[in-house]
Amino acid sequence: MITVLSILLFLAGVFFFFTATVGLLRMPDFYCRMQATGKGDTLGAFLTITGLALYNLNHGFTLAAVLVSLKIMFIVVFIFVANPTATHAIAKAGMDCGVEPWTKEGGNT
Amino acid sequence: MKERYPDVTIETVCRLLIPPIQLFGLYVIAHGHYSPGGGFQGGCILGASFIMMFIAYDIGEVKRRMREKLNTILCATGVLIYAGIGILCLVLGANYLDYGILHQILPAYPAKARALGTFGIEIGVGITVMSVMISIFLNIGTAGEHEGEPE
Repeated sequence: MITVLSILLFLAGVFFFFTATVGLLRMPDFYCRMQATGKGDTLGAFLTITGLALYNLNHGFTLAAVLVSLKIMFIVVFIFVANPTATHAIAKAGMDCGVEPWTKEGGNT
Repeated sequence: MKERYPDVTIETVCRLLIPPIQLFGLYVIAHGHYSPGGGFQGGCILGASFIMMFIAYDIGEVKRRMREKLNTILCATGVLIYAGIGILCLVLGANYLDYGILHQILPAYPAKARALGTFGIEIGVGITVMSVMISIFLNIGTAGEHEGEPE
């Protein structure tokens, strides 16, 4: 049961990583790529690492296994706070350096 | 230097994240016997928290929290702890950094004394690595021209 649940979480995480990569390759300019990878990476990492924490409890809920799962979940919290902030910082740095946003009329890729 | 752009998001998140990062650095130093980690890695994490403060705020914030003089003193103190424990072992009649002999002055049996000696070494290494990383970053990040330094 836990294995099936964690496999589903892995698959969902891989899906979001895949969409992030497609967005990175196909989006027209810097800001669109930033938002695609920023969102996709964060949610993909969240789902994948939650799946790992769940899979770690596969052999019963002993104290050691629960502690390891808690530490893994701390990584998730850290990523959830730090990753959007890094995306924001990079996008703001691009804005300050004068990177022009893509428009349909301009079409400068 | 370029003008500073204040940013509420980055400053708030850094204020939120720096204490857990420093706590994790201490954990890595203290838990180095049983899990990956040790003095060098923990010291690097502690130094990186100050570098993050430098990036999010400015150099004044870092120098207010960790003064240049204190940083230099800490840098020497770590080496002193390391060499002091090593020479203490020499004085007690064993080889350099042979912690087992420390059971003569610590209330512990030799294996425990060995673990405690390693822990002391790692504290010294961690302090030195942290302050050297801060010092290197301050000097490289400002091309050695930050204020408050004698010419």
